[in-house]
Amino acid sequence: MSETGKQRGAAIDLSAVSKAYGSFRALDDISLHVEPGEFMTLLGPSGSGKTTTLNVIAGFTEVSSGSLQVGGRSVVGVPAHKRNIGVVFQHYALFPHMTVGRNVAYPLALRGIAKAEREARVKRALDMVRMADFAHRYPSELSGGQQQRVALARAIVFDPPLLLMDEPLGALDKKLREWLQLEIKRIHRELGTTFVYVTHDQEEALVLSDRIAVFNRGKIEQVGTGRDLYDAPATLFVGRFIGDSTVLRGRPRGDRSSTALDIAGETVTAPHRHAGDTQPVLLLRPEKLTIRRPGSDRRDGHNRLSGTVSEAIYLGSGSKYEVRLRDGSTAIVRSPLTDTSFAIGETVELCFRGEDAKLLADDSTADTTLT
Amino acid sequence: MTMHPLTRVLLGLACILVGLWLVAPTLVVVPMSFNENKSLAFPPQGFSWQWYQNFVTNPEWSTSFFNSLKVAVVVAILATVLGTLAAFGLDRMRARPAGLLRMLLLTPMVVPGVVLAIGIYAVYLDARLVGTMTGFVLAHTILALPFVLIAVQASLEVFDKRLETAAASLGAGRIATFRTVTLPLIAPGILSGLLFAFVTSFDEIIVSLFITSPYMKTLPVQIFTSITRDADPTVAAVGTILLCATTILIGGGLLLLGRDRRSSL
Ligand SMILES: Nc1ncnc2c1ncn2[C@@H]1O[C@H](COP(=O)(O)OP(=O)(O)O)[C@@H](O)[C@H]1O
Ligand SMILES: [Mg+2]
Repeated sequence: MSETGKQRGAAIDLSAVSKAYGSFRALDDISLHVEPGEFMTLLGPSGSGKTTTLNVIAGFTEVSSGSLQVGGRSVVGVPAHKRNIGVVFQHYALFPHMTVGRNVAYPLALRGIAKAEREARVKRALDMVRMADFAHRYPSELSGGQQQRVALARAIVFDPPLLLMDEPLGALDKKLREWLQLEIKRIHRELGTTFVYVTHDQEEALVLSDRIAVFNRGKIEQVGTGRDLYDAPATLFVGRFIGDSTVLRGRPRGDRSSTALDIAGETVTAPHRHAGDTQPVLLLRPEKLTIRRPGSDRRDGHNRLSGTVSEAIYLGSGSKYEVRLRDGSTAIVRSPLTDTSFAIGETVELCFRGEDAKLLADDSTADTTLT
Repeated sequence: MTMHPLTRVLLGLACILVGLWLVAPTLVVVPMSFNENKSLAFPPQGFSWQWYQNFVTNPEWSTSFFNSLKVAVVVAILATVLGTLAAFGLDRMRARPAGLLRMLLLTPMVVPGVVLAIGIYAVYLDARLVGTMTGFVLAHTILALPFVLIAVQASLEVFDKRLETAAASLGAGRIATFRTVTLPLIAPGILSGLLFAFVTSFDEIIVSLFITSPYMKTLPVQIFTSITRDADPTVAAVGTILLCATTILIGGGLLLLGRDRRSSL
């Protein structure tokens, strides 16, 4: 919160980091680069290694192998209290025997900063999270959202070049969460600090992040912008974890330039060649599918699948349908409101263009790990 | 919930009876301390302060009082330091060995006092610790340690260790974290351990009777020998003084704890 304009964030480089608990690998050969000042979100289902990664960066957990650099310097073996990294926890972790003001002044007092400057900086930090009026309260006299804002002030008051947050909004209700997401975004912009944020909520990740690293079973599946992950998922897991998706599985009948899937008697083709010896699947985003009554001769693509509407959801800006396909799987379609609407139980046809389908390798863990 | 009037009356009577039964010995001691005659007869006759005077002026009594005070203060400090360290060690150990060690440390509470007394006496004879200040302090510390351990462990159990992680992330090393976060939050447990240790030592009688000598008596030993030798009402005066002291001490402690709770919860 001092000099404005100056690049204040630290870069992070994790390279081939592993963390083993006995024979279990909580982190399995992770590499990740975070740019100075970037907002990086670690996204993944519970138990996928997000917190462990954060703990490794913060210094609460030592790596089993691999290298870790913060701000260009290796911090392996450096104890947490010497790393100068701000951390915000899901459980707030405010000191209950200190007032809000003393909580926020705590890291400054440890650094031997004189009282006058301390008070000024505490006030600035509390102003930033809009909690200046609460300096004399005890944490027990605050709501969850207020406590988390104080915790945030405490974690940024000493100007760390890096701020880590582990599901900081996890314990709050939806409305408050959405508002605090915007507050966090604003604070990130104002500070220029590097933020690493952990969440299992893909919407939250999309709202906040410059880039997202998707975790699965102790590995990073893909790193990219929200758009990258939505439009070009590298794995079936990523495709299913980010946004709605329809996954088509079937007997493959490929040739040199395309892949065809036989789905309960109906054949769909995509103009990509599937490599490797894994089973190919096609992943489609809801807006890439068109829903229509069977027999109507509108051409909405080369591929057609028939099914019955199992759920119709009115979204205001449009409608979302869940359609049960012949093989028993479910497709998700979004259609603009102007189109004809369909009732539950109605027989429909889904159409898509082969080039809109993403050809991916099947992964049996992708379904079970969905939350 | 409504209650039948008769039930209410019976319940009230029962409460009064139990209450009387609990405070009866105390109610006997206080009037006896103002007895005019040198007897422990109840009800006492007349009114005088002479037994209080005797307590203050008779060196037998005042010396034993100060002996007890000295021993209890040292024991309280020693047992609190050791017990707190032990509680921390156990808290940060793996569960199984910690459970075993804990049981070992708590044995002085379970083993009958006489058995302990005989053991200590036998060792002290050889070590020439009978009738010494050191002897009393060591023996009482063994007895007081479990109380500190229990009190501190209880407060460590509710202490949120994640606060220590948070302190580390804010720049606090281990000592600073202990001083500024852990210690203030478990202080009530340590204080009540200290109080228990003090009281345990101050009114310890069984082991003290074994390791006492004519040159080193604690107050409880003095009371016991006095009452077995002659019916000296000074014991009642001492009892009354102790009663007032403990009431103030414990009451004050409770008040402090209560205030602490209100401000921190
Ligand atoms: N101290 C530990 N001992 C053993 N296993 C652990 C420990 N900490 C975490 N794990 C395991 O490592 C895996 C990853 O945990 P974590 O990083 O907390 O996941 P996430 O934050 O993504 O939910 C989990 O399976 C968890 O059980
Ligand atoms: Mg976690």
